[in-house]
Amino acid sequence: MNIYVLVKRTFDTEEKIVVSGGKIQEDGAEFIINPYDEYAIEEAITVRDAHGGEVTVITIGNDEAEKQLRTALAMGADKAVLINTEDDVEEMDQFTSAYILAEYLKDKKADLILAGNVAIDGGSGQVGPRVADLLGINYVTTITSLSIEGEKVSIIRDIEGDAEELETSLPLLVTAQQGLNEPRYPSLPGIMKAKKKPLEELELDDLDIEEDDVEAKTETIEIYLPPKKAAGRILEGDLSNQVTELVSLLRNEAKVI
Amino acid sequence: MAKKVLVLGETREGALRNVSFEAIAAAKKISGGGEVVGVLIGDAVADFGAELVAYGADRVVTVEHPHLKSYTSDGYGQAFMAVVEQESPEGLVFGHTSVGKDLAPKIASKLQAGLISDVTDIEGEGDDAVFIRPIFSGKAFEKVKLKDGIDFITVRANNIAPLERQERSGDVSSLSVDITNLRTIIKNVVRKSTEGVDLSEAKVIVAGGRGVKSTEGFEPLQELANLLGGAVGASRGACDADYCDYSLQIGQTGKVVTPDLYIAAGISGAIQHMAGMSNSKVIVAINKDPEANIFKVADYGIVGDLFEVIPMLTEEFKKVM
Ligand SMILES: Cc1cc2nc3c(=O)[nH]c(=O)nc-3n(C[C@H](O)[C@H](O)[C@H](O)COP(=O)(O)OP(=O)(O)OC[C@H]3O[C@@H](n4cnc5c(N)ncnc54)[C@H](O)[C@@H]3O)c2cc1C
Ligand SMILES: Cc1cc2nc3c(=O)[nH]c(=O)nc-3n(C[C@H](O)[C@H](O)[C@H](O)COP(=O)(O)OP(=O)(O)OC[C@H]3O[C@@H](n4cnc5c(N)ncnc54)[C@H](O)[C@@H]3O)c2cc1C
Repeated sequence: MNIYVLVKRTFDTEEKIVVSGGKIQEDGAEFIINPYDEYAIEEAITVRDAHGGEVTVITIGNDEAEKQLRTALAMGADKAVLINTEDDVEEMDQFTSAYILAEYLKDKKADLILAGNVAIDGGSGQVGPRVADLLGINYVTTITSLSIEGEKVSIIRDIEGDAEELETSLPLLVTAQQGLNEPRYPSLPGIMKAKKKPLEELELDDLDIEEDDVEAKTETIEIYLPPKKAAGRILEGDLSNQVTELVSLLRNEAKVI
Repeated sequence: MAKKVLVLGETREGALRNVSFEAIAAAKKISGGGEVVGVLIGDAVADFGAELVAYGADRVVTVEHPHLKSYTSDGYGQAFMAVVEQESPEGLVFGHTSVGKDLAPKIASKLQAGLISDVTDIEGEGDDAVFIRPIFSGKAFEKVKLKDGIDFITVRANNIAPLERQERSGDVSSLSVDITNLRTIIKNVVRKSTEGVDLSEAKVIVAGGRGVKSTEGFEPLQELANLLGGAVGASRGACDADYCDYSLQIGQTGKVVTPDLYIAAGISGAIQHMAGMSNSKVIVAINKDPEANIFKVADYGIVGDLFEVIPMLTEEFKKVM
């Protein structure tokens, strides 16, 4: 089976966000594979181990994303592709990303493409469905279970907490939700092997994409931090008085009840 | 320029969702005095048309078909695109719901349009409209606009106030669409979320963490939530420990919520949890550790044992409500 995983490099969830000069400060920040993409990688490896085939992880990013791709290879993916846009595009949005990924994938005859359901930085959840639409294949988002028998695919997806059971067929794009699996940690031998696995680097030219084709449809005007909250009040005194005071504060001061 | 804006109305448990009324309010702003057209898709939805009008839609177009009983991206995609073709809108607004998140990128792709997802606020009107959305799970915000073409957004529940309900009249027309070639077959939906109040739309959330210690430990929280007309949520700590289902998880890899009141009980306040709730209007923290991080974002805090405090709170609310 020909399997592809879309992987995004993102800030570690532990990171505080600093804005300076209108941009998110990246210096010194730790980066990880977007957590939902880890589920996607894990599922891809499991499917390959059960059905045979090959797992290729793809990212759009800069040189530094090589680290996340090597991690995916160390987990067990077979090949990696870095589409380096650093020299070509300054502004990107979800349209741009999806277009580039679809141009790469269009002649690859993928049976199964896995993505995260949302990137924890940009947070739109658009890229997966957009890629599927551009490729003309079906997609199912926020999946928590996947099983494949021949062409038939049975899926459970999370719909705002409820579990929807459905059937579809390959080729297919799915996006991973928490609960799909427990992503493995790269093993030491895995890390050693990953160093020798193929990692192909491409630029837009290699995909015959003109910069104009991928011009962002949206424009970010400003990035800012939420206003700092004034320090809250820790109530004091006898516990039953605290409880009475809290109820009165919620009703009369905060007026939320 | 006054615009024509389409709004996708969604139902849940036989009633329109609040977020659809909020989407109408957003559409009004984008329209800048133009027309807001509600769109309803399903197997029997025409009856909801009048309610969309009461909340501000000027008229409503419905697409009904037996194949549209359950949501599929193919079925809804075909239905919605047919409405777009008939109406040639200049704006589109969906809720940032399970359906909206799944469908909007497909429609945007078909229209080769930009899409601004998960909008929490709108500045300006008509052509000057600028959209505000959280990034990095609420650790920062961005102001975005569409460069040109159609204004397409999804709105996060509970952030944009709906218009006041009024008795108004507006045309409800139906469009017949041939729904074919569905590649997904829905077999069954297993209900796991709590009955009644939907977590992402709840005005009050009582959330428990590892401090709740067991499944039974959630019972007093549920009781308080019921009394306040709210929903129960949880930290990942509580979900990982199997005290509750992952569908309740709030945070960077769970749901992002903005209720009027968020009560965090036995939750330490990890950065990943705070990303999902720190924009709530009022936060109450109950924790036995005075040093717990959650107190840093709390408006009001009680240092104490949640098993004592929560039942006392319930009793106190009963007295005054
Ligand atoms: C060089 C560069 C410049 C940028 N400039 C801007 C800018 O000016 N303004 C702005 O708003 N944003 C900018 N971005 C951010 C970028 O456009 C978005 O983050 C990107 O489109 C993905 O959108 P999202 O974060 O909403 O992902 P989502 O749609 O939430 O991601 C869902 C899933 O899609 C896949 N995916 C997402 N992104 C990638 C990727 N890059 N590679 C492989 N798979 C992916 C993953 O599986 C992910 O889990 C820039 C990014 C780069 C690399
Ligand atoms: C990639 C990644 C993503 C994550 N995403 C999320 C996410 O989306 N949401 C999320 O919540 N977490 C997330 N986490 C986990 C997060 O880092 C924390 O581990 C988790 O939030 C801790 O849960 P907790 O506060 O319930 O548990 P703990 O940190 O163990 O805190 C329990 C608290 O309960 C208090 N307590 C104990 N007994 C009582 C009592 N009787 N009365 C009052 N207080 C009591 C203790 O003082 C303590 O403060 C993520 C982590 C990672 C690495």
